[in-house]
This record gives sequence, C-alpha cells and structure tokens, in this order.
Amino acid sequence: MSFISAAEADNNTYDVIVVGSGAAGGQTAYTLTMEGARVLMLEAGRRYEPATETPMLQTNADAPLRGSGTPQKPFGFWDATIDGGWDVPGEPYTSASDDPARKFVWWRARMLGGRTNHWGRISLRNGPYDFKPHTRDGLGFDWPIGYNDLAPYYDKVEMLIGVYGANDGLENTPNSSPGVLLPPPKPRASDLLIQQRARKLNIPAVAGHRAVLTKALDHKRLPQILHPGNAKAQKILSEDMQKRAACFFATPCGRGCSIRANYQSTTVHLPPALDTGNLDIVTDAMVRAINKRPDGKAEGVTYIDRKTGAEHRVKARVVVLAASALESVRILLNSGVANSSGKVGKYIMDTVGANFSGQVPMLENLPLHNEDGVDGLHLYTPWWLYKEQLAGKLGFARGYHFEFGGGRTMPGMGTAAGLDWLNGGTYGKKFKEDARRYYGSFVGFAGRGEMIPNDDCYAELDPKVKDRFGIPVLRFHWKWSQHELGQAAHMQKTAAEIIDAMGGRYSMKPQSGEKAIKQGGIIIHEVGGAIMGNDPKKSVTDSFGRCWDMKNLFITDGATLCSNADKNPTLTIMALAWRSSERMLELMKRKEL
Amino acid sequence: MSMDRRTTIKWMLAAAATVPSLQAIAYTPQSFALDVKADQAGYGTDPDLTKEWRPGGPWPLTLGVDARLTTIALCDLIIPADDHSPAASSVGVVDFIDEWISAPYPQQRADREIILPGLMWIEAEARSRFAKAFAAVTDAQRAAIANDICSAGKAATNFAVAAKFFAKFRDLTAGGFYTTPVGMKDIGYVGNVPLEKFDGPPLEVLKKLGLA
Repeated sequence: MSFISAAEADNNTYDVIVVGSGAAGGQTAYTLTMEGARVLMLEAGRRYEPATETPMLQTNADAPLRGSGTPQKPFGFWDATIDGGWDVPGEPYTSASDDPARKFVWWRARMLGGRTNHWGRISLRNGPYDFKPHTRDGLGFDWPIGYNDLAPYYDKVEMLIGVYGANDGLENTPNSSPGVLLPPPKPRASDLLIQQRARKLNIPAVAGHRAVLTKALDHKRLPQILHPGNAKAQKILSEDMQKRAACFFATPCGRGCSIRANYQSTTVHLPPALDTGNLDIVTDAMVRAINKRPDGKAEGVTYIDRKTGAEHRVKARVVVLAASALESVRILLNSGVANSSGKVGKYIMDTVGANFSGQVPMLENLPLHNEDGVDGLHLYTPWWLYKEQLAGKLGFARGYHFEFGGGRTMPGMGTAAGLDWLNGGTYGKKFKEDARRYYGSFVGFAGRGEMIPNDDCYAELDPKVKDRFGIPVLRFHWKWSQHELGQAAHMQKTAAEIIDAMGGRYSMKPQSGEKAIKQGGIIIHEVGGAIMGNDPKKSVTDSFGRCWDMKNLFITDGATLCSNADKNPTLTIMALAWRSSERMLELMKRKEL
Repeated sequence: MSMDRRTTIKWMLAAAATVPSLQAIAYTPQSFALDVKADQAGYGTDPDLTKEWRPGGPWPLTLGVDARLTTIALCDLIIPADDHSPAASSVGVVDFIDEWISAPYPQQRADREIILPGLMWIEAEARSRFAKAFAAVTDAQRAAIANDICSAGKAATNFAVAAKFFAKFRDLTAGGFYTTPVGMKDIGYVGNVPLEKFDGPPLEVLKKLGLA
C-alpha cells in the first residue's frame, strides 16, 4: 500500500478513511496503521517530498525579491507552504461584515502534510486549568476530560515527534514525564539578557518547547514504550527514527527539513505509517461531503479529483475528519450531518496575538558569533499572573505567553531597513557603520494568548458563493471580546516594560487593545467549530471526537477544542488524535464500529 | 513608463520647485522603464524551491539604460566601497532593485510608483543644479543632493517627497546588499553553517553583557 490513484482507491476496502494529512490526519493514520488498521488518507493538495523539495541553506539572495513574502508565498519565498495562504485561488471564503475588526482570515495549505510542513514547531502542553476554564472563572466551557486524561498522550506524542524543553514546574505549565523531552538549546545572548531583566519584573523566562531534534531520538528505548507488545511497529519505528538526523543548527524550520530534524507529518508520521503496508494515500482529493448509510451511520465520503474534476466515492467502517478545524466544519455543514445540536460552526477561536519590538544599545556591536541555533524559541515566557488574574486585578480573564527572540539572524529585506528613528537617516560609509552597529541589537516579543469562545464568532455556509469545484464555501462572523482586547494591550505594555528594563527603546509606544490585536485568523491557531462536551445537546462530539449523531464519524483535528489555551494547539491536537485513534481501535476490535 | 500620470506631474513639479528656472531641467528621458504587463503572473503558488533564481527569471526586468545609470550611482552613494566590502552595484543590487520594481505584486507595484518618479527627480535635480547627469557629477555634488533628502524627518518641505523616495530606495539597496555573501560578511552574519553542536554565546559576549 502506498500512494495510489483515485481509480485504484475506488476498488479497495478500508477500515478507516482519514480526511487530511497534517498534524491530526498524520497522527490518526500513524496510530491506526501501526496497530493494524487499514487506512485510506485523502489529501486535498499535491504530494510533497521534503527530502528533495526543501531549500536547505539557500540564502535570501538566492530567492526572488530576496525571499520577501508575496500574495503567492505569504510567509516568504522559501516557506514550505504550497498552494496556500490566506487566499487560495479558486477557493474563496466570505465574511459577514466589511468591518476589518470583524473579519476572520483563513490560512490553508494544499499539500501533503498540510501546515505541519511550515509551522513554528512550538509544542506546549495545556495545563490542568486549561481543561476546566469555566470552573475556574465562569467563562467558556469545561472540557469533558482533564489534564490527567491527556497527559499520557502528551508524553507519547513528545517521544514520537521529538520535543526539546525543560521541566520547570511552573504553575499550569506541566512537566513531561522523565526521559521524554530532548535537551533544550543553549539560550542566545539576547535571550539571557531578556531573562535577567525580566526577572527583575518577576516575569519568568524558561526553556522553550519545540518539535526539533536537538539530538537523535533513542531508537531502542522509545519504540518499546510507544508500542508495547507490537514487535512489527517497534521495528518499523526504530528503523525510521534512525533515518531522522539531529538538527545541524542552520536553515529556518519554516522551510521544512530535508534531514527530518523537526516534526512535519510528512517526515515523522507518514513514513512509518506507509512502512506498515496499511496506509494508502490519494492526493489532490478534495472532499465534498460525508455520505450517509440508510441506518444513519457514515458510509464514506465523496471527493473530487482536483486534477480531473471527476467525482469519486469511497467507503469504510469509520470516517475521520482531520481536514483542519474549519475545513472539517465545512464538510460537516455541506453533508448536513452530526448537527442536531446546531453547534457545528459555532465557537471558533484563534489565538490572541500582539507583537512589540525594540532596540537595545547593550546588544550593539557584540563580538561576532553564530546565533542561528534551532531557529526559534530557545527561551520563552509562560503566563505568570495566574493569581493576580484570578483575584480580578488584570481586567481580562485568561493568560498569554511571550515568544521572544533577537540576535543576528540571516539577513533579509528588513535588515538595516528603517533605521531612521535611530540614526536620523544616513548614507555612505556612515550608513554601513550604522548597519553593522544596529544589526542584531533588536528584540521582538510576540504575545500569544487565550481567546474565550463567544457567540459572535462562528462559521456558516455562504448561501451563494461556491468554490471552483462547486462546493459551498464558509462565511465567517467574528468579534473579539473585552478579554482579548485587554490582553492584547497588556502584551504590548509588558513587552515595553521588559525593553525598558533592558535599557532599550522603541519607535512606537504600546497601543490600545483594538490597535494592538492581530486580525482573527492571522495567528493561524483556529480551533473549535465542532466542540466536544458531555452533553449531546450542547456539543458535537464526545471527548474522543466521536460525533454524537453519527457513531462511526470522528473528528481528530482542532475543531473539537472547546477552549483555546495560550499554548499553541498543535501538540494538543496530536495528543487528542492519538487518544481518539486508540478508542477507534478498541471499538473496532469489539465490533462496535 | 508605467506610473500614474498625476504622480509623475506632482514629482516633476516638486523637482521644478527646487531650482531657479524650469529651463534648467534638460532631462527628458526616453524609455526610462518598460511597462510591467498587467497580466504578469509572478512565480505562482508552487514555485520550484530547488532551482537557482536570478533577477529576470520569474518576470522581465524593466529599467531602461538611463534609469540603470541613475540607479547605479544612487546605490553606490548609499553603500559605497569601504574597508569592509565593495559598493552595492558591484554585487548585483541594481538587478535586484530592477527585479523588485518590475514585480507583479501589490507591494512592489506600489514601490515602483515611488522609485521611478524618484529616480527621475534625482536625475532632474542633478542636471538643474550641476548641468550633468547624476552619474557624472562629483561625489561632493551628489552628497549635496543627498544631504537634502537623506532624512525624512529633517528634510525641508520642498524635499519631503524626495526624502520619502530616498528612504524607500535606501531600504531596497540595503536589503539587496546585505543579503549577498559579501553583504552578510560585512554586516557580521556568520551563521547558515551546519554545526555538530550549538554552543550559545562565547564568554566574551556574556562578559560584555554583564551575564558572566
């Protein structure tokens, strides 16, 4: 079994159809196939081979426009994303409002592995509070599970994909089990200065957590822990782990990684899953709808071959939506299934984002040294004001973390640009001196916070607009609450205080929440839309992502998240997908699916 | 040339306002730049990331001969040769700027509307002040013009538009230059090299920051 054509898939039978090949689809297919289930994966984009397609070590001078982002490559020329961005030609979405503050923008990628090929690899666990937010402050929804239910799966995912970090034991920032994390990279000079000065403000800075191999995975120990009693899976995984090289501390992760040193579905989940012989993949397969059997269960799906336009139907015992939260919502709405609660499309959330940067004279003209490291997040600041917030001292309800960085990164169009506010505007030899002086002396803080689900943020089908395949598209409604706006203002104000404490300066003062906050969808952490719960009247799935109304339909992507902690959601999505897949295996074994 | 006609006129008037008489402007460039085609496609959403890309590859360059001469002189005024590295024009920055202002994307199209009139203004200014092309005047004469427009914050009102152009042109020149191998070396980027291990900052750096 392997990459097959749509025509070949027509004639096969499968246990499970998995729609999507990113973090959720990859993890679902991995867990299922390693334990013997036969899986058909449908991916809307093209096949993608990181080993041969990744631009490793190319500089910005090797790219058009020095690598700058364009509408065709929004994150820059070398970014791994294929046929993707906030605008995908021929695949529109609409907004119910013309007000920019009430618009949501939707990033998609059309490629095998989806957004895992370019993501930031930041891998943070939700903590105990994050599963019971309503109990804590009366807002939003509690999850039907708690931290302890998911902790074993966080361990498993971290061991499988390889996550560096440290166990700092901070409030609501869980430790991993012993022997799970890889060692964190050494902090950069700017990280250490931020850490020292932030400490004076009682703001912590600890090792970041990212899915990058700072050393090779333990291919003898880990497969035994991950697949106890399954010799075949252990052998496959052990062999595959040996093919993943440790990071060589060069080349930005967003390009993907040909040596497989970071996690992307295409380099970590799919190779061993394919090696089991239990996985077939059809690419360029755009799923239109879930088909219903007379008994009300899912029969399979209908999809369109993007190259030929031909429609295909495939069948399986179980259907899994892992198409990314909002694409799964769209498929559900277009299928007219699993929505007796009326909650499909409701409670969509992104991450609250606000950035702030400054220039620090102390960092000027430091002796030259290589500061590439693992690219991102050597240190970060987890949320630190839980007690003050619970006591009502902050004016907004949920926390955020800071992703920060500085130093001499690979030059691009921003290097030595816009120095006027520092040097008054120079040219000639003086300008060249200034460029050397200021390069590497900037620090940037990205605040990333929790958005609370609200009734004003939802997706529905647009009554008129269809994509180029004739499939109705989503229409978005969006509105931040005072909690998110208050948080965004606090992010900039606090970042400015840290920069002040470093003796730094900034070209612009901290702004109001309305001005500071990034547009909905810009942080690309959209979740919700088919939330899990204990009550079929108020939720779409149970804690396993199993739809209340269609017992053989599961959702394993971010759609089921009923809160969106400041912790970037991908690790949680993978942990949930692993747990859901084990549930499917168990139910299939018991013939209940 | 492709720029909004009203923009052009505004610029030419701005140029005229700085000189004693309009007759001094003897600069009427022919084919200053070719048009960017309205249907120019760009590199697409799935470009080959393994091949070598060079200016002129993904879309045609458009700067004419006169405009290139002005661009060379202005690039090298901003980034001249010094003890660290050669001048900007000697490492392909002119081709890069041409690629930038010839690109079919919104940002670059907007920048083109600043860069092309700005280059014409510079040229007209040199001819009116010194009766020579900008590329042919002396370094001191070029500096006299540059001093009037190098600071967007401090430029006199009649130089405000030109100063905005200069800031944009300087950003493009710097980005074009510091991304090249000699530019990266000059500015002090020593990364992009595969390493066995990452050691973090050396002791002398930590000492300088008071962290060791």
